[in-house]
Amino acid sequence: MPEPAVLTLRGISKRFGAVQALKDFDLEVHAGEVVALVGDNGAGKSTAVKSIAGVNPPDEGVIEWEGRAVSINRPHDAQNLGIATVYQDLALCDNLDVVGNLFLGRELRRLGVLDEVRMEQRSRELLNTLSIRIPSVRIPVASLSGGQRQTVAIARSLIGDPKVVILDEPTAALGVEQTAEVLDLVERLREHGLGTILISHNMVDVMAVADRIAVMRLGRNNGVFDKRSTTTEEIISAITGATDSAVTRRQARKREEER
Amino acid sequence: MRRDRAPGDSAAQEPAPDAVPAVDSRLLVREEGIRGYLGEFRRKLRSGELGSLPVVIAVIIIWTVFGSLDSTFLSAQNLSDLSQQIVGTGMIAVGIVFVLLLGEIDLSVGSVSGLCAAIFAVLNVLNGMNQWLALLVALVGGAAVGLIQGFFFAKVGVPAFVVTLAGNLAWNGLMLQVLGTSGTVNIPSESIVSKLYSTIFHSPAAAYVTAAVGVGLFLAASLLDARRRRTARVPYRPVAEIVLRTVVIAAIAFVTAYILNQYQGLPLALLIFLIVLVILDFVLRRTTYGRRIFAVGGNIEGARRAGISVPFVRMSVFSISGLMAAVGGIFLAGQIQSASQTSGGGNLLMNVIAAAVIGGTSLFGGRGSVWSALLGALVIGSIQSGMNIMGVSNAVQFMITGSVLLAAVVVDSLSRRSQKAAGRA
Repeated sequence: MPEPAVLTLRGISKRFGAVQALKDFDLEVHAGEVVALVGDNGAGKSTAVKSIAGVNPPDEGVIEWEGRAVSINRPHDAQNLGIATVYQDLALCDNLDVVGNLFLGRELRRLGVLDEVRMEQRSRELLNTLSIRIPSVRIPVASLSGGQRQTVAIARSLIGDPKVVILDEPTAALGVEQTAEVLDLVERLREHGLGTILISHNMVDVMAVADRIAVMRLGRNNGVFDKRSTTTEEIISAITGATDSAVTRRQARKREEER
Repeated sequence: MRRDRAPGDSAAQEPAPDAVPAVDSRLLVREEGIRGYLGEFRRKLRSGELGSLPVVIAVIIIWTVFGSLDSTFLSAQNLSDLSQQIVGTGMIAVGIVFVLLLGEIDLSVGSVSGLCAAIFAVLNVLNGMNQWLALLVALVGGAAVGLIQGFFFAKVGVPAFVVTLAGNLAWNGLMLQVLGTSGTVNIPSESIVSKLYSTIFHSPAAAYVTAAVGVGLFLAASLLDARRRRTARVPYRPVAEIVLRTVVIAAIAFVTAYILNQYQGLPLALLIFLIVLVILDFVLRRTTYGRRIFAVGGNIEGARRAGISVPFVRMSVFSISGLMAAVGGIFLAGQIQSASQTSGGGNLLMNVIAAAVIGGTSLFGGRGSVWSALLGALVIGSIQSGMNIMGVSNAVQFMITGSVLLAAVVVDSLSRRSQKAAGRA
């Protein structure tokens, strides 16, 4: 019996001018679960994520948070609910140290002055519980490796105690060792009971850490697969549209009936 | 990966009760003590984190050269005068440091400083307004001018150098308008503006007490910080290192005090400059606002995503730049005891930008400190003072100051390049 979903998307549609970027998109994320969102370029992954993160509110559809309908119109709304997003460009400030980046925008203060000691203490605790290995929390982020920067960006998203974390292509542009570091971290997010949405092009990564894999094609769902009972080939054919899934069959039939 | 993970996990779960982590094994940090300090210093040099080292070397070279060419250069009198002369330039350079931290430039500070001096002179001397009120109007005027320029930059989106280049001309025009037909307004020596510049505390105790208070505050703050860090079990500076740093600072402070006392004593202008530097250094490094300035200078998009209002930071920083230009303009007016059509002109703009950059604040944003305004102003002031003593013509002075600015920018660019190579930029 699965737990109730933390985040549920029902029938989300989004149109940009003449382009129907999302059409009747559904997604469920449970606590302690990694949902991979895969699809070809232009399949609507980013649009889906942006509608959750409040960057591009959807035109139609319902977003439910812990079973109750919510409206997410601004990034701030998503953050307040407990949705943290780590974008591909990370948005770290290279000249600030790790502590400065982790607490950027929500610095801890004591008597109106930055409380560096407590921020450093909490940074070390956070990095330790996630087993993130950083040479020092007091060196500028510029001197970290790509994988370390990614882990810092993910750790930063956890400062506000979110329940759902969205990772946009966290392993793109990383080496083997660094990818392993990031994937380890994704597993630890699951251990800590967070719902994780992982966007990725890399099937190996997806199969390594995801519990369920939601395939998108041309702005629609093209099947949700359980990792234990699926194969990479099945997913790739769903991505490319080589085989129709049951879901798309049913949708196609419905559309014909409507006509 | 699993093998690597183990130590981190065990550390997280049960930190040994009495193991105070002075130096975390995973950290890059140096060994303890002076040897470790030297090692860290060498590592920083190699990776291009030059900090204030080039400027300290520059000061030593300049003082040695001019000192050997003419013995009056290193006399207590000349050095005391120098400590007063650098205040006007230094104050304006502090504002430039703020703007440079954003990775922007403010080309209007020269004109703004002249404008504010003219506002004070006309209101107080010609129209008989209360001098404190006139001073306030001049300073608020400077901040307002900066705010207007910041608005066009942050809200309208015009590049800062264009806005401030236009401002450079426009505020100069406004200054000529304010001065009107009078052209030059003399500021009497009993005026507050003149006194701000020329007051000197003749008692030797003043300089020594100031030095002692400064050193004492530094020592107390360092010790308190180390103690808090120690109880919080985060890395802290060992006492030996704090003592070493305090001794260096004490040496500089007391030697300066001694030299000042050899002549007339501690100038009020220098004292005000130092207090302003301490306050603004605190704002930059210890407050949320300062952190935001660095964040915007480092990565605008990152700052925006973190919920920082980028337009607010930009407008406020340009306003600070305008305010500091006004403060500097007041001190410069006090120095020559007049506001004239040439106020804020000449090579003032070049000098203040040179001072900020020479002091070690990067042109590329996100790196620097207000102390670079002091160090840079000292270099520029020393060169000018030395050349004046030698009787070098203006033509040569301009060329040399220009070359020094170019050299500073070259050092900045090269150090940025090697920082990139060492993965630190």
